Amino acid sequence: MSPSGAEVLRQIKSRIDEVDPAVVREQIDNGAVVIDVRETDEWSAGHLPGAKHVPKSYIETRIEGAAPDRSQHVILYCQSGNRSAWAARTLLEDLGYEHVESMTGGITLWKDRGYEVEVPRTLTAEQRERYSRHLLLPEVGIEGQQKLLDAKVLLLGAGGLGSPAALYLAAAGVGTLGIVDDDVVDLSNLQRQVIHSSERIGVSKVDSAEETIAALNPDVKVQKHALRLGPENIMEVLPGYDIVVDGLDNFPTRYLLNDASVRLQIPVVSAAILGFEGQLSVFKPYDGPCYRCLFPVPPPAELAPSCGANGVLGVLPGTMGLLQATEVVKLILGEGEPLIGRLLMYDALAARFTEVKVRRDPDCPICAREPEAISDEEMGVFPDYEAFCAGAH
Amino acid sequence: MLRPAVGGEKELTADGGSVAEILESVAASHPDTRSQLFSADGDLNRYVNVYLNDEDVRVLEGLDTAVGADDTLVILPAMAGGAL
Repeated sequence: MSPSGAEVLRQIKSRIDEVDPAVVREQIDNGAVVIDVRETDEWSAGHLPGAKHVPKSYIETRIEGAAPDRSQHVILYCQSGNRSAWAARTLLEDLGYEHVESMTGGITLWKDRGYEVEVPRTLTAEQRERYSRHLLLPEVGIEGQQKLLDAKVLLLGAGGLGSPAALYLAAAGVGTLGIVDDDVVDLSNLQRQVIHSSERIGVSKVDSAEETIAALNPDVKVQKHALRLGPENIMEVLPGYDIVVDGLDNFPTRYLLNDASVRLQIPVVSAAILGFEGQLSVFKPYDGPCYRCLFPVPPPAELAPSCGANGVLGVLPGTMGLLQATEVVKLILGEGEPLIGRLLMYDALAARFTEVKVRRDPDCPICAREPEAISDEEMGVFPDYEAFCAGAH
Repeated sequence: MLRPAVGGEKELTADGGSVAEILESVAASHPDTRSQLFSADGDLNRYVNVYLNDEDVRVLEGLDTAVGADDTLVILPAMAGGAL
């Protein structure tokens, strides 16, 4: 008669090494790979800190992803120590792993000892539905969606560029959106600033944007900065954000932002628009050029079209703002080729994109230096700063 | 900002074997562009970037960079409009 399951298990346990949870706790810090071999729902309810998850039914096919080196120390555990014993035998006898142990008593004994358990974050049922089209993309998935929900993005302006960027970043589930704007909604804004509406004329733009975002996606927290960005407040506003979306309307603040973002090492997704044309680039400090590498000095005021009232095709900031939002999402996910060291020009009338290379300037007055060497006094300063564009600041 | 100076044209065809010759030819036929492109001492203004195809001429040979018949020069002025 064949031996019973319990008898086989007893035999297996006699052939493998078992290890007490107290020892496992020490071994985690010594570089052992700890693998949870339970089912996904058991793993989701809580697991050992730093453990990897390879269900027992997939142990033969997936173990190499978790422990590629057959000579490394591998500790398996399950709920009570039985399934991990079977799995340990598989690794030792079938797959040639040299140093495998099974944790005695499983996670049940671990918990009884009062040791720490890590509960993996999961999406709620509503979030799984809301972001289902993201979850289907291998480049996003649950992990990517968590990154989006954890991300903090600062939008400079809830205007032409900031409106579409904020809407789509909110829809995508970017968890914290900061908005800097000291303006109120004006009728002439509504031709392009789609986050606002006719009923909100006269309402502050940060309040109006917050209301629209709240209606679109309750997952998003809006941090309102009802102020005009300047040297006196930039170092209070920027820290804590992962990425800045620059839609600023004047040169002095663009240089100030550049210098502060290099100092704080925060990437800036920058766009500018005029008439039917747009420019877009990503300035990631020390990974690529900064704004001063591209334009060491601003044009003189009489040639700086941002200083006066200029026309813009209402759709254009939509196009450019969404290209910015796309770059932001790519940076958060760490996917694709970000527009670092490249500048994209879009000519709406010609329906043409042109791309040029942007190099780091080895003599850049800002990013050729260490971030901590950049002082408050020199941030945003360039020759003739005082004479520049009186209306801009 | 350069476009009004060339009568609204987006693309110009100019003769010349170097970046300097081509920009000079543009400035000669559209005098308003001269002060925008060149500083008083004849160098390219630092707030205007010129690219031969996709490469900044400053990392090539500047105004002396040779230009072939099939090459495109892109003039990129700094813009700061965010349509606030």
